[in-house]
Amino acid sequence: MPDIIHLKTPLTDDKIASLRIGNRVLITGTIYTARDAAHKRLVELADQGKELPFDIQNQIIYYVGPSPARPGRPIGSCGPTTSYRMDVYTPWLLAMGLKATIGKGNRSESVIEAMKKYKAVYFVATGGAAALLAKSVKKADVIAYQDLGAEAIMRLEVVDFPVVVANDIYGNDLYREGIAQYQRA
Amino acid sequence: MGTRTRISSEEVVEKVHRLCMEANFQLNADVLDALRDSHKAEKSPVARDVLTDLVENAKIARECQMPICQDTGVAVVFVELGEDVEITGGRLHDAIHDGVRKGYKEGYLRKSMVAHPLARVNTGDNTPAVIHTELIPGNSVRITFMAKGGGCENMSRIAMLTPADGREGVINFVVETVRLAKANPCPPIVVGVGIGGTFDYATFLAKKSLLRPLGTKNHDTDTANLEKELLGRVNDLGIGAQGLGGRITALAVHVECFPCHIASLPVAVNIDCHAHRVKTVVLGV
Repeated sequence: MPDIIHLKTPLTDDKIASLRIGNRVLITGTIYTARDAAHKRLVELADQGKELPFDIQNQIIYYVGPSPARPGRPIGSCGPTTSYRMDVYTPWLLAMGLKATIGKGNRSESVIEAMKKYKAVYFVATGGAAALLAKSVKKADVIAYQDLGAEAIMRLEVVDFPVVVANDIYGNDLYREGIAQYQRA
Repeated sequence: MGTRTRISSEEVVEKVHRLCMEANFQLNADVLDALRDSHKAEKSPVARDVLTDLVENAKIARECQMPICQDTGVAVVFVELGEDVEITGGRLHDAIHDGVRKGYKEGYLRKSMVAHPLARVNTGDNTPAVIHTELIPGNSVRITFMAKGGGCENMSRIAMLTPADGREGVINFVVETVRLAKANPCPPIVVGVGIGGTFDYATFLAKKSLLRPLGTKNHDTDTANLEKELLGRVNDLGIGAQGLGGRITALAVHVECFPCHIASLPVAVNIDCHAHRVKTVVLGV
């Protein structure tokens, strides 16, 4: 397979600047999960000037609510959820130092602008390939909001977690370009 | 009225429990065939990679008894209840909820239901199921379970068109719904369209149309032609697998029609993702 980039966390500005839309990336290291309800809480904390449950500086947030782990397995199925629902919160977190998000589906103009401004990227994982993606997750620990069940924040240790760069720091959008190429209407 | 057939509520619980797990672990052959056919027809290398991943994912899910998708859905249950059937030992709907509760617990499926849409506290067992019950003649009960994901459900729409909008108006609304949905409902999607009836009934038809096996046509020739035209128009959008661009945006478009008021032309579009999880069992035969 051509041009596969191996990326280790934590991310650095140099690594991020080298990424372009369409790049296939295998992520190894630590990523954090958060989706709708956790985002609401994180941004409320930030709004009150309180400390977040983890340091998001240079980190990656994965939009996922996994299915429960069977005994002996680190996690259940864990594909991405649709990202646009987090768009309202994302610029806040990027301003606080978050460097990448992983989800599925396109982002709003305001998130794309914020990614340019704060030098962050958006990765997409294959939606619905949830059993396949689970193979890349080696460890999963709930670190906050246990009461939210599948929506709790987890720290994941991943090896070669497969994603594609959908938005780079230069304002490019893989969704827009990809669809334009195949549109016939 | 013929002879009454007795079916125990315990049997309903057990069957629904199994349906929940099987639907989430085993993608049906019609869906797998549609994904493989899409791979053959697809020109975009990115979309082809996605389709390869989806077939591989289905294999892993089946072998490891893992959910195909982590969003194991709202439990939508369609019941066709024979008029000559008597459910013993409990109420039919209670048995369905109990079966869902058991299936989602024992199958390690995700619990995605909140008790109130605004308070949003998880019920913890994926109940209640959304149940549609219809009476049919005879001695059997047909139960169809669908694991309906939130991402694709969110992209569904309804319009109350005018009779003057006609066939072209319907086509435009369906195509526009898919265009607006873009990558969000996890394409390649299955598009369910309900035309006619009332505001509520059109949405019911749209969802019910999703139950038909992929590759089947509406029995009415005009409606079947509309399905074919809609599929072509939807695929011309270029959205492709996962919305990254490609020829195959939908695996199928299903349309169901019903008589309606002289003033009305309701059209509802219910979208399902490529993890199209539908399983049926028939009891009492």
